[in-house]
Amino acid sequence: MSTPLQIVVCGSFVPDPLQTLEPVNGPSGPSLKNEMMLPAVLDPWAGHALYEAANLAQRIAGSKVWLVSLGAKAKLQQVMMTVAQKVPFELVALDGPASGFGDSFETAAALAGAIEGIAGLDRARLLVFGGWESASRGAGSTLQMIGERLGITEQFQGVDQLTMREDGGFEVLERVEGGRHQVSLCAAPPAVLGWATGHLPEPKNNPQVGMANMRMVMPALQKARAAPLANTGLKFASVTLPKQQRETRIVKNIPAAEIAAEIAAWIRED
Amino acid sequence: MDPILLLAHTEAYGTLGKPALEALAAALALGGPVTVGLVGAQVRTAANQVAGSGAVRFLAVQGEAFAEPRYATDAAAAEALCRAADCQIVLAAGTSRWARALPGAAFRLGGRVDTHATGIAARDGSVTLTRWFYRQRMEAVLTRDERPWVVLLDPGCVVPWSGAAGSAAVETIAVEAPPARTTVQGYRAPQTDEQTIRPDAKLLFVAGAGWTKKQADGAAHTAEAEELILGFLRASKASLGGSKSLVDLSGEGEAVLRFMTHMNQIGQTGSTPRHPKGLSTCCHGEEPHVVGWRFIHERRAINLDGNCGWARGKADVLYVADAFAVMRELNRML
Repeated sequence: MSTPLQIVVCGSFVPDPLQTLEPVNGPSGPSLKNEMMLPAVLDPWAGHALYEAANLAQRIAGSKVWLVSLGAKAKLQQVMMTVAQKVPFELVALDGPASGFGDSFETAAALAGAIEGIAGLDRARLLVFGGWESASRGAGSTLQMIGERLGITEQFQGVDQLTMREDGGFEVLERVEGGRHQVSLCAAPPAVLGWATGHLPEPKNNPQVGMANMRMVMPALQKARAAPLANTGLKFASVTLPKQQRETRIVKNIPAAEIAAEIAAWIRED
Repeated sequence: MDPILLLAHTEAYGTLGKPALEALAAALALGGPVTVGLVGAQVRTAANQVAGSGAVRFLAVQGEAFAEPRYATDAAAAEALCRAADCQIVLAAGTSRWARALPGAAFRLGGRVDTHATGIAARDGSVTLTRWFYRQRMEAVLTRDERPWVVLLDPGCVVPWSGAAGSAAVETIAVEAPPARTTVQGYRAPQTDEQTIRPDAKLLFVAGAGWTKKQADGAAHTAEAEELILGFLRASKASLGGSKSLVDLSGEGEAVLRFMTHMNQIGQTGSTPRHPKGLSTCCHGEEPHVVGWRFIHERRAINLDGNCGWARGKADVLYVADAFAVMRELNRML
């Protein structure tokens, strides 16, 4: 495989999973309480997509990775301070909401527009990556609509593995029901791939990569185009936290055999 | 009530799977006239399977080109069925096949799509949908003005439709299969000795990172942990879930449970499975106890830390005990 790839990764940030989240209602719809104050991280699935993209680009000389990200500029800058140290990429920033309550249709329109605006993009070598869902909305529909807007009809979701072949095609493993993978062969790019977890661990921080990335990240953030999401037609009747708090019975200081007997009886109950 | 299109694809042997029958039940409960749109190599068996459901019309896109799950052909088939049915509400099961293809079809139709719906209802003449946000941390009820509105219903949320089979009058919609550069080669199970993910199991068994840590004698007993867990899965026919910390160990070169993969992971970046019962072992943290357990009805945990703030309030019963000892006894009894 010698044809260099152009890999565009779509992904933004989400609140750190360890934070307590509380919804609040405002005039423009629901949002998170103190949303701008919450520590943020790169969306986990988008992160997997980015690391897989960088790994692929590293193995095929001349390949390049872009990260197209929609989010509040200040927050993006904060998240990029960490992400930029992981793998080489060029940031394309859009200044808009990264809220889980945003509509995937409008998010897809903004991201597709940003991809179309990347200078020198060759559709014949293009792979559009992203997480198969986000940890915010979990729409699982944004990438498909980006693909449709870009005219790409070879699409894969829940991808755990991509193997390039000598003939320019590639094999894809997608998650399907029952803990299995569907194996598909795609003859050539362009294609859209929504990643599940893949197989790569999170790369260690590399200050040299960080310095090289940040030279491009700061100008990209400065010229980030405004991308408001109107959420036209989408109405939230309510957004609530689950109230359920269980009365936990604590069982201790009894032999393991007694505990096992109790659990066995519980399992056998209908 | 607006007319409703229920989209379903055939499974092995040409029948409809449980998720499709659940989506059919949800569509019928909305109260409007339901059209069933079927996709597959041959849909006769599937159409007859739900002939007695009360659906007013049966449409089909069928042929070898539509046998395998593939974005290009599935999106084309769904688009054609939606145009033929001319329904404003389109409901489908959130299977991997439809989750891949229907968002694209909704875009082509100029509509909108919502996935991971856990409920759909007709209230005061309008349709409302329930789904979770931020990985099952908050639940929202929403509605939309745009039509068609394509909704994917998560499996396991609705009692599936059941009824007598019959003979359905199927209208076949002619669709020229789009040129696709993708060919489906088949299916591959993870490289493990046996199946550990069983979506229909009554019990979810969750293993945490504690199984690979040093025990009271100062040594890790990973091999015994594997034996105990697999032994339990065989005896109980439970499905296996893993905490993120345990699954991540495999990528960090530490001692691991060899059968545990990212496919087993539950929680933030894993799945949120639906099972009637859940038994958590050696777990600590929000991931397994809150996010991963959102849709588990009865929950019990075995943990050495009686003050585990995550298990307290989330589990029905917390056994403060050595999971190795309990599981040894439990396997013997089962």
